[in-house]
Amino acid sequence: MASKAVLSQQEKSTASAASGLSWGAVLTVTSGILMLAALYMALIWAPDATNLTAPAERYAQRIFYFHVGSAWLGFLAFIVAAVASILYLVTRRDKWDIWALSSVEIGLAFFTTVIISGSIWAKPTWNVWWTWDPRLTISTICWLLYVGYLMLRGAIDNPDRQARFGAVYALLAGFSVPLNWMAIRWWRTIHPAVIAPGNNADESMGSFGMSANIQTTLLFCVIAFTVFYITLMYHRINLEQLQRRVDTLKQRLLYR
Amino acid sequence: MATDSIPTASTATRGFGGYARKVAAIIGKDITTELRTKEMISAMFVFSLLIIFIFNFAFDLRAENVQTLAPGVLWVAIAFAGMLGLSRSFILERDRGVLDGLLLAPVDRSAIYLGKMIGNVLFISLVEIVILPFFIILFNQPSGTLPLLAGVVFLGSLAFASVGTLFSAMAVHTRAREVLLPIMLFPVIIPAMLAAVRLTSAILDNVPFDEVSQWLALLVAFDVIFIAASFMLFEFVVEE
Repeated sequence: MASKAVLSQQEKSTASAASGLSWGAVLTVTSGILMLAALYMALIWAPDATNLTAPAERYAQRIFYFHVGSAWLGFLAFIVAAVASILYLVTRRDKWDIWALSSVEIGLAFFTTVIISGSIWAKPTWNVWWTWDPRLTISTICWLLYVGYLMLRGAIDNPDRQARFGAVYALLAGFSVPLNWMAIRWWRTIHPAVIAPGNNADESMGSFGMSANIQTTLLFCVIAFTVFYITLMYHRINLEQLQRRVDTLKQRLLYR
Repeated sequence: MATDSIPTASTATRGFGGYARKVAAIIGKDITTELRTKEMISAMFVFSLLIIFIFNFAFDLRAENVQTLAPGVLWVAIAFAGMLGLSRSFILERDRGVLDGLLLAPVDRSAIYLGKMIGNVLFISLVEIVILPFFIILFNQPSGTLPLLAGVVFLGSLAFASVGTLFSAMAVHTRAREVLLPIMLFPVIIPAMLAAVRLTSAILDNVPFDEVSQWLALLVAFDVIFIAASFMLFEFVVEE
C-alpha cells in the first residue's frame, strides 16, 4: 500500500524530469565553476598569513578555506536533516525521508573531510595529529551520531520503519549536539589543557590575523560549498527516488 | 494481561490518577517479572563488579592515580551494566509477544514508555547503589560521600534510561538487535556522562558546590529534555 503511494509520487517526479534535467545540469556546471574558482582563490589568490613564518605552517594554513567550508556544509546538512525529520514525522511524506537521508549522507562525507583535513593541518601547526580540543571532539561526535543513523537504517528491512526510526533518531541526535557542545567546552575550559588552540587564540597555536583578502576567500569558499551542497542534494535526492522506484517495480514483478 | 487491564481502564481512564495507575501497572509487571527471574539485576550487578575489577588490573591503580581514575571507572561500569539491562528491556517483551499485548491494551502509548522507563531507572539505579559501597571500599574513597553519590547515580541513570528505553524499543525491531543499541546510545548520552563524571569527581574530591553547579544544571536539563522528547517520540516507534 505504501509502495503504491511511492510509485505514484515517483511517476509524478519523472514526468517533470524532462524539465528538471536542465536544472541538474545548471547546478552541476555552476558548482563546478564555483569550486574551481574557490580552489584558485584558496591556493593562489589569497595572501599568506602574515604572522606564520615556517613554510610548512604557511602552506598548511591554506587548508583552512576548504576545512571551514566543509565544516559549514556538514553542520548545514545536519540541520537540514533534523528539519526534514520533523517534517517527515508530521506529514509522513516520503519526500522528507529522502531529504533527511540524502542530507545525512552528504554531511557525513563532509565531516570526514573536516576531520581528515583538520588532522593534516594540525600536524605541522600543533605538531600532533589529534588533540582533545572541543571543536575536534564535537566534530567527531557528530560524525559518530550520523554513522549511527546510517547503521540503524541499514539494519531495518521495512522501508516505512526505516523512515520512522531514522527520523526519531535524527531528531534526538539533533537535540544532543548543542548539549554535547556545551559539555565539551566546559570540560576543557575548567580543566586547564596543555594544548588549547580554540579557546585562547595565540600565535604559537597557529592562529593568524585575517586580512581582507583572506576574509573574501573564506566567504567565497563558504558560498561555493553551499552551492555544492545544493547540487549534491539535488542529485542524491534524484538517485534515491530512482532507487525506490526500482525497488517498487521489482516488488511488483515478483508478486504479480 | 490485556484482558486484565480492560475493566480497570474503562472505569478509570480519565484524569491523572488513571494515567498514573496505568504507568504503575506496567512498572509492577516489570518488577514482578524481574523478581521471578532475577536475570537482569543479578547480571548487571556481577557485570559492574567485574568491570571495576578489570579496570583495576588494566590501569594497575596505585595510590597516586586512583583519585583521577575512580569517577571514570565508576561511570564506565554504570554505562556498560546499564547497557546490558537496557538491551534486555524490550527483548523479552518482543519474544514473548508482550509488546503486542501492551499495544492492544487501551492505554496511551506514552504510558507504556513512562512505565518501561521508570522500571529501567529503578533497576539500574538499584544495582548501582548496591555497587557504590563496593566501589568506595575497593578504591578507598571517603564513605561519607555515599548519599551524594547515590543522588548523582540516580540522575545519571535517569539520563541513561530516558533515551535508552526509546532506543531499546527501536533496536529490537532491527536485524542487529542489541548490537546496535550502544552505537546509537553512547554518542547521544555523552553530555550526561561528562556531567555525571564531573559531579562524581567533585564529590569525591570535596570540591565546593558552586564550582560544579553548572554540571548539575546540565545533567538535570539533559534529563528533562530527553525524557520529554522520548515521551513524545515513543508513539512513532511502536506505531504498527
